[in-house]
Amino acid sequence: MLRLDAYVIPALDGVVYGLLLFVVAAGLVLCFGVADILNLAHGTLYAVGAYTAAALWNGGWPALLVGLAVAPVAAGAAGAAVAGLLAPVARRDHLAQALLTFGVALAGGSLLVAAFGPDDLPVRVPAALAGTVEVAGHRYSAYRLVFLVAGTALAVLLHAVVARTRAGMLVRAAADDAEMVAALGFSPARVRLGVLASAGALAGLGGALGAPIIGPGPGAAPTVLLLSLVVVVLGGTAGSAGSAGSVGSVGRTLVAALAVGEIQSLGVALAPGAAPFLLFGAMAVVLAGRSLAKSAGPIRTWRPARAWLRT
Amino acid sequence: MSAHSRLRITVGVLAAVAAVAAPWLVDAYGAALLARTLVLGLVAVSVTLLTGVAGLPTLGQTGPFAAAAYACALLGLHVSPAGSIGVVQLLAGATVGALFALLTSPLVVPARGVVLLMITLAIGELVTIAAGRWRPVTGGTDGLTVFAETRPVWGLPPLADDRARYLYALAVVAVVVGGLFLALRGPAGLLLRARRDDEQRLRASGHGAAGLVLAAFVAAGAIAGVAGSLLVTTQQYVSPAEFGFDVATLLLLGAVIGGTGSLGGAIVGTAVVLGARDWLSGILPGRAPLLLGLVFVGAAYAFARRGAEPGLPSLPLARPRGPRFARSRLWRRREPRTAS
Repeated sequence: MLRLDAYVIPALDGVVYGLLLFVVAAGLVLCFGVADILNLAHGTLYAVGAYTAAALWNGGWPALLVGLAVAPVAAGAAGAAVAGLLAPVARRDHLAQALLTFGVALAGGSLLVAAFGPDDLPVRVPAALAGTVEVAGHRYSAYRLVFLVAGTALAVLLHAVVARTRAGMLVRAAADDAEMVAALGFSPARVRLGVLASAGALAGLGGALGAPIIGPGPGAAPTVLLLSLVVVVLGGTAGSAGSAGSVGSVGRTLVAALAVGEIQSLGVALAPGAAPFLLFGAMAVVLAGRSLAKSAGPIRTWRPARAWLRT
Repeated sequence: MSAHSRLRITVGVLAAVAAVAAPWLVDAYGAALLARTLVLGLVAVSVTLLTGVAGLPTLGQTGPFAAAAYACALLGLHVSPAGSIGVVQLLAGATVGALFALLTSPLVVPARGVVLLMITLAIGELVTIAAGRWRPVTGGTDGLTVFAETRPVWGLPPLADDRARYLYALAVVAVVVGGLFLALRGPAGLLLRARRDDEQRLRASGHGAAGLVLAAFVAAGAIAGVAGSLLVTTQQYVSPAEFGFDVATLLLLGAVIGGTGSLGGAIVGTAVVLGARDWLSGILPGRAPLLLGLVFVGAAYAFARRGAEPGLPSLPLARPRGPRFARSRLWRRREPRTAS
């Protein structure tokens, strides 16, 4: 019992980490699945949100709310700017898109360091959130508990938006068949702009909420980008021949994000130093299993997004 | 002999003479820098093999490069501390690189396009992180220093200074690139280019795509592995910083600048990119990433537009389009819906 007890806190941390990754990775899934873009500046958009929040927060409640409102707007605007830069690049030109977004990430990271300094920015949350509370005999950070609630609410909200609203319907349709959506009269350029701006807003919101967890600093952008890439890979990009392939559902992205969070937290507690190998292993198992499942069955054109659209 | 091919031969001979004479035009430090550029250029050649020739965009060639470099460093430290043999090191590097590609092949072989970019990026980054964390074996972020001298083959004197090490790297790179060039002139090159241009048609004419893609990845892994062993020989030091995300993107940029599937172009492109980076950080310390980022954006525009112009070499992924749909932005090629 005592041995098990020692892993309660890392497990809870893993859930918090996973929810944070879910918010950020949801933006990446959107870029990737709908606009068919690998946005290498996504981690930088997280950093924009985190820096904005940290700069605005002064330890009071009004500042906290202002920060939470402004950070997604700032990062969303940055995402729209990326969409503007990408406008002249052809939709199929993935290599140019990767080079361009990486250039934006480099330049953006450099500008953030120039504006806020090379050290990690201190993050001041209200005193009530900064302390710890007692949970089942353990002391746990109050902020992370609140984040747990907020993150869960966000996941439910995202699912509702994608499943129930008109915008969500457009997103699902564009992920499934972008040409058909274009033929129905939705300008692909505007869809792309909307998608990249929303993805940026999600990254920015993740950055603001996650500032006390993965703090604003030069190391935040690459860490967040890599982990959310792994989440996207695990959560549902069928490695099929078509690159416009499938986007995982919100639920599958959430499960993948929680798995990565647990690997990063519980996995490190159980087997220190093994986290990168565990992430590798998880990716290998999931992708190999998926390609096996695909080649085995007679249904070869099954794509989750399509099945999902019909429900 | 046409004027064009005569020009190509002249340029090639001049480049070869310049490459051999280069270490005497600079100091020892310059020779070491040149050797490093050559090594990264060889990795860029493996990127070009995948991205330009086979149409499989990759950001993960730092993976086999790093695995082979660490394997060769450990070989030099623990197996032959008195002095290693270059040929053995090269074979070990190539084997480890090919094995790495083989082991990660279930992840990459079914993927195409942007999914492949994403998966290879994750693999490369995870290798770098693992190298930084696995302290007992890799020395963590401090890296490994290998002082053992290398003899190219049994019986030759050891490579004593930076100039000798550069010439050794040059010879190895020339042999590998020459061999690859000859191999790509044969049926292997035809098949790879055919896969790049239209995979469905390749399958329809009876060739298996999965085996071809696997072979391309293993060959590229072996080439990156040779580069890893050269890295240990030339700079006698490895650390995770050599294999970061930024290096992977620099290599991709070098390969893109070099032109579609041009092996020599990949080396020249990498040299240009590395030179620009070092020059920028020399004249503007602290602001170099900003300018380098702008270079990336500019290069993306310069090379993205080229694909649309008829008669100019296209970016590896900007496929030739049919005349009917050439101007329509809504149209995109219909990808095969079936899994491999």
